[in-house]
Amino acid sequence: MHPAKSVIIFTTLSGIGFGMLFFIGLGMIVPEGLMAFIWFAIAYLFSVGGLIASTFHLKHPERALRAFTQWKTSWLSREGVLSVVALLVMAAYGAGLVFLKTRWAYVGYVGAILSLLTVFATSMIYAQLKTVPRWRDFSTPLMFLGYAGAGGSLMTGQVDYALALLALTGLLQLLNWMRGDGALGKSGSDIGTATGLGTAAQVRAFEPPHTGTNYLLKEMVYVVGRKHAGRLRILSLLMGIGLPILLLLAPFGHMLAALAIVSHIVGVFASRWLFFAQAEHVVGLYYGKR
Amino acid sequence: MTQLPQSTDRKLGLVIDLDTCVGCHACVISCKGWNTENYGAALSDTDAYGPDVSGTFLNRVHSYEVKPETGPAQLIHFPKSCLHCEDAPCVTVCPTGASYKRTADGIVLVNEDACIGCGLCAWACPYGARELDATAGVMKKCTLCIDRIYNENLPEEDQIPACVRTCPAGARHFGDFADPNSNVSKLTAERGGMDLMPEQGTRPTNKYLPPRPKDCSGEINTLAPLLEPVATDGKGFVGWLDKMLSALPGGNA
Ligand code: SF4
Ligand code: SF4
Repeated sequence: MHPAKSVIIFTTLSGIGFGMLFFIGLGMIVPEGLMAFIWFAIAYLFSVGGLIASTFHLKHPERALRAFTQWKTSWLSREGVLSVVALLVMAAYGAGLVFLKTRWAYVGYVGAILSLLTVFATSMIYAQLKTVPRWRDFSTPLMFLGYAGAGGSLMTGQVDYALALLALTGLLQLLNWMRGDGALGKSGSDIGTATGLGTAAQVRAFEPPHTGTNYLLKEMVYVVGRKHAGRLRILSLLMGIGLPILLLLAPFGHMLAALAIVSHIVGVFASRWLFFAQAEHVVGLYYGKR
Repeated sequence: MTQLPQSTDRKLGLVIDLDTCVGCHACVISCKGWNTENYGAALSDTDAYGPDVSGTFLNRVHSYEVKPETGPAQLIHFPKSCLHCEDAPCVTVCPTGASYKRTADGIVLVNEDACIGCGLCAWACPYGARELDATAGVMKKCTLCIDRIYNENLPEEDQIPACVRTCPAGARHFGDFADPNSNVSKLTAERGGMDLMPEQGTRPTNKYLPPRPKDCSGEINTLAPLLEPVATDGKGFVGWLDKMLSALPGGNA
């Protein structure tokens, strides 16, 4: 699949933002007054910034409000609704802390759960797609939740949680890669079932329908850069998981913590780029491209 | 509404005969023409006369080589457009309700005024039947020519999809699959009409008729015996010539 910048930025940043809101909502940190304002501002910068980035890949963002209507069937719509509700509930919780120096614990808990559900809905936009076997796996939502938790705990300075969640997320990432690499082969779809003309060994794409490229090839049969995939995977694990763990194990310092966060974010960007660039859509079978 | 109807009153769709299609692409062109001049946003081309030509099409014709276990290989032309699936995944993923399946006739449509151009429906379709138009920024797909099949202003013979009307080989048929006596239902039953990628669970309405096996007499060319290679283990002059020619650069000695 085409790794659109807007979507990579959106899933990475909003994942971290909602992860932060999750830990803040649970009361892991209970800042008050100005400090609370700063904490919430950072969390909203990430979550809302990510959501705004996601509208950049819409061709008609002026109609975006319509996307809140089809939550009964559409994970994309559910994600939109959940994110707004989560942000509103957490805003109420934040207002209590900032202006009244009061902690409405239950509002925070509800906001925390909604934040988590938002990340889950984001992951289900991808995990629901039967057409992309690599994504359609239980490990996809787990991995998204893991990254959100790891990023959130890292950002809110929960060192113990961050260490555990980083390690867990590293494992989930590996699991997602391992299961994903064989997914297309196991999906049962091949050029034979796509055309109905015989077994995969008997059917060969002879001539494509068009001489130039088209939307389908650009969007869903993206192959550029896959040759660097192996190296990028290692880079993503080192930056996203390994280095932050080492930095957290070192004696605590604000510079080290900041470095851990930056390194983690770079690693997650790499992981998300791969998540899209390596995903094979079954429509490629019609072009003999799988 | 992106909830799929439990069932539809009629199931309009196409039968595509892979045995008959000659791969002329006439249906591709008539589709592009009709759907650019009529309902909805035009099917745009970008860089139409330049090196990076690209455009939106609702119907495309692939060609495949099929090598059966015995007998000669066959070349199969393979037109592909929206199959108007009964369990259309493209509809349920749509966040805006722009994509929907009609209860009356089962046609899957996009309300272009509501489409935000997110592209998720194109991701959800296994068949590549949806294309986001680069100029209009809305999702385009086969409408089964709703503006022809119900258009009383057209002569009766034109009240069928443009591709079906155009096909010079008669490889495309239009009808109601809910009626067991319709032309399309009978063709599907007689010729073993099949679903594409049934494992995707989309339950396509459109059916494809498999190519008939080719006649095979065993002897491809009556002149073949006369064309047997001369002297494979030549002696004398022929053998000498063979050795000399093989020794030249590009020879196989
Ligand atoms: S062929 Fe694709 S676009 Fe058409 S109904 Fe089926 S899934 Fe939707
Ligand atoms: S591109 Fe348009 S029709 Fe397709 S899912 Fe998005 S809003 Fe719906």
